[in-house]
Formats: sequence, C-alpha cells, structure tokens
Amino acid sequence: MKKVEAIIKPFKLDDVKAALTGIGIQGMTVSEVKGFGRQKGHTEVYRGAEYTVDFLPKVKIELVVAENKLESAIHAIRESAQTGKIGDGKIFVYAVEEAIRIRTGEKGEDAL
Amino acid sequence: MGGSGSINAGDTAFVLMGAALVLLMTPGLALFYGGMVRRKNVLSILMQCFIFMCLIGVQWVLFGYSLAFGPDHAHLFGGLSWAGLRDVGFAPNPDYAATIPHQAFMIFQAMFAIITPALFIGAFAERVKFSGFFAFALLWSIFVYDPVAHWVWGAGGWLRNLGVLDFAGGTVVHTSAGISALALAVLIGKRKGYPHQPIPPHNLPFTVMGTGLLWFGWFGFNAASALAANEVAVNAFVVTNTASAAAGLTWALIEWIYRGKPTMLGTASGAVAGLATITPACGFVGPLPAIIIGIAAGGFCYLAVTKVKARFGYDDSLDVFGVHCVGGVLGTLAAGLFAEKVINAAGNNGLFFGNPRQFLVQLVAVAAVLAYALVVSIIFYLITNKVIGMRVEEREEEEGLDLSQHRESAYGGESE
Repeated sequence: MKKVEAIIKPFKLDDVKAALTGIGIQGMTVSEVKGFGRQKGHTEVYRGAEYTVDFLPKVKIELVVAENKLESAIHAIRESAQTGKIGDGKIFVYAVEEAIRIRTGEKGEDAL
Repeated sequence: MGGSGSINAGDTAFVLMGAALVLLMTPGLALFYGGMVRRKNVLSILMQCFIFMCLIGVQWVLFGYSLAFGPDHAHLFGGLSWAGLRDVGFAPNPDYAATIPHQAFMIFQAMFAIITPALFIGAFAERVKFSGFFAFALLWSIFVYDPVAHWVWGAGGWLRNLGVLDFAGGTVVHTSAGISALALAVLIGKRKGYPHQPIPPHNLPFTVMGTGLLWFGWFGFNAASALAANEVAVNAFVVTNTASAAAGLTWALIEWIYRGKPTMLGTASGAVAGLATITPACGFVGPLPAIIIGIAAGGFCYLAVTKVKARFGYDDSLDVFGVHCVGGVLGTLAAGLFAEKVINAAGNNGLFFGNPRQFLVQLVAVAAVLAYALVVSIIFYLITNKVIGMRVEEREEEEGLDLSQHRESAYGGESE
C-alpha cells in the first residue's frame, strides 16, 4: 500500500476528486493548507501598512491506495490538477506499514 | 423643574429615535474595530465596546447626567443635585430642549456618554488588561467626559458661555477620546511584534458592516442633536451625509492614485473620518463647505494614519488619534470658518462669513479639551497601571485576549 499526498491549487479540488473516484478510488482526506514553492506571493495594504504574503492557500489531498492503483492515481491527479502554470503543486508517495478499518477490524488492502 | 412650552410629538419621537440610532453606533463601532484585529482578540474588542452600554448606561442615570448637565458649579461641572435623575422628569428643560421631555434629552445624551470612551479602546487593542481598562474607563468617563460635556453643552459651562460651536461633539467626543487614545497608546507601549510583524485585519467584512451601522447611526448622532425635527436637523443630516461621502471618496482616490488600488478598509476609514470631522460643524455649515470639509478630512486623516503614525512609531492600533482626534480638531476649527448664522440662528457666523472671533473661540475650545483630556488621561493611566496594571503579560498577549481575559473563543474553540 502506498500513501499519495498531493498539494494542489484549491480550485482544482473538484476536478481531482472526480478523476480519482473515476478510477475507483473510494476515499480520501482533504485539508486546507498554506504553502509556497516557486509561485510568488502578493502584497496587501492596510491603511498604508504594506505586507508581503508569501504563503498561498493550497489544498492537500491524502489517500492510501493499493500498489496496483498507484500509477493510475498519480496519473489521474496530474491530469486533473494541471493548469500549466507555476504553482500547480506536487505529489509525494510514501510507503504505508498498515491500514485498519475501525468498524470491522479489517487489515491491509481490505481496509482501503 | 417645570418648563413652560408644551411637548412636541414630532421632536420627541425624533430625539428618541435618534437616541436609539446613537446606541446602535456602539455595537457598530465594535464591529468596525473588531474586524481589524486578529481572530484571537475579536471578543475582547466587542466586550470593551459593549461593556460601556452597560457601565455608562447605569452610571449616567446614577450621577453622570448630573455631573455633565446638572446645575452649574464654577462653570466646570454640574454637581450631584440631579443624581438618580432627581428633578429630571418629563417636563421639558428649556436650558437644553424646550419641546421634548427632559428625560428624552437625558437618554439621548446617555448614548453619547456611552460611545465616547468606547472610541479609545482602539489605542490599546490586543494588549490591554480588562480589569485595568475597566477602572480607567470609569474614571475617564467621570472625570473627563462628564466635565468636558458640561463645559461645552452644560448650562453655565464656560465654553458654552464663550460661544463655542460644537453641534454634536467634535470636542466633547472626538477630540477628547482621540487625544486620550494617543496618550494611552504611547504609555501602554506597542504590541509584541509591531511594526515588523504583519498584523492584518482578520475580518474586514465586519469592519464594513460596522461602518454602515456607524454612518446610519450618525444621522441620529448629528441630526438629532438639533433636539427637534426642524430645518437645523435637516441641515445636519444633509451635511453629515455629504461630508462623509466626500471623505470616503477622497481616501479611495488617494489610495487609487498613490498606491495603485483603492481599498475597502481605506474607503470605510475615509467615510468614518468624514463623519467624525463634520460632527461639530453639522448644525452650522452648508452642503458645499461640507464637501470641502470632507475632502480635508479624508486627506488629513489619511496622512495622520499612514505617514504620521509611521514617522513617530506609536502603536495606535486602530487609529483613534489619526481619525478622531485629527478629525475632531479639524471639524471644530472648520466650524469656526464655515459657520453661517442663516443656517442656525442659535449658532454664529464663522471667519469666512465675517466673524473671525469665532475661529479663535474654536481654537480655545480645542486647546482646552486637548490639554485637559491629555493630562487627566496620563494621570489616570499611571494610577491605574500602578494599582491594577494596564497591560497583560506577554504570554497572555500571545495567547490572545479572548482566552486570557475572557476565557472565550469567538469562532468555535480554536486557539492559535
């Protein structure tokens, strides 16, 4: 099993979710985060006081998939989250040691 | 105290509704300020405004009204003969308002006494200790607001006798609170991290909502200060709207031209600056001077808030000095320039209408209120700071005042 963590532009969330459920992914966790890579921030002005805001709002999607679904999940995310501009985001892949379904106690890929 | 002259229903209804409008300005102010601070401090701001509705609401009836408007002592204060509203009944008091019940005048004035100290909370926002603030605020209301109101509006008050033109509180409200705020900001010190760490507003929609309520309520503040539903009230209403419109436009244009984009906060701030500035003049000046006054308000307050504050480095967190002191002084002096006796026979002509003496009277009033409020505020700050403490600990400031001073969370249990 692998954990896929994708940082994407917030407005792309619906597209990415649709693409993942389209290939049979049954669940994911989403959080609102802030971050920056190469995409530049912006300045804001409040009563003459100017602030540079480096951190941009992003969305982080986390999902755990069976190994045989890994490549198609990555492909689905890349396709749907793309705009072609700087700031599209990144995908990280981690090894998962165990997965357990709380309700039934099922383990491994049965828990996904 | 009996009065001759019967009660006019239109005047009474107008003043009562005006009082309600002015009361609404206090929660409006709370939202205006609340939106500008960080999430973790929003309840502390709302509380510091709202508490005055409760504290001064009681104090006014018990003895505040008497101190401010009661029978004169040495032209300086009203004494205690009207404590508990003794002799303040339903018959009109012709010294103040001949066609409305005395209590209607009293309750209208109560709303001014309530909102004035709420203005200066912006000076020590995000770092004041509630207990120290509470004690200071009560002392300030009793020993600054009440006497100064007597000087300017009380029967026998020395500035009223001098002929000062302050229709709705340029000196009594804005100048006194504004200069006190400057003293408080300097004495309590800057917020941790100011000015290097950005402290952006957490909810500008609140600020805008507050501005709307303030502008709306200000028609009570200014127009109902005519204490009658008459031509002077109409004049006050018209010039209040006109001046704040001009001021908001001016601030927006300054930002647009010099900083590239007009901001919502700037436009709202400009409107409030205009409202504060026209306050003393609204019963005496015409609509075209009101536009000039509004433009001046937008311009001078913009400079005070963006340049002067940065230059001198004081953390007047919500710009009470820059908007209310500067605006109040500007408006009081403007009344001395643009006042026309044809608009208000109980007023006078200003410098531009052939009466230079009026400008000098305005100057005296401004100087006296500035000096008195400043000195007394400093003294009370030092006393309260020594006895109770005015500033929270660093740890409490970081945690946020909502949690440290009120054990409450504004938006559902989160902490920084």
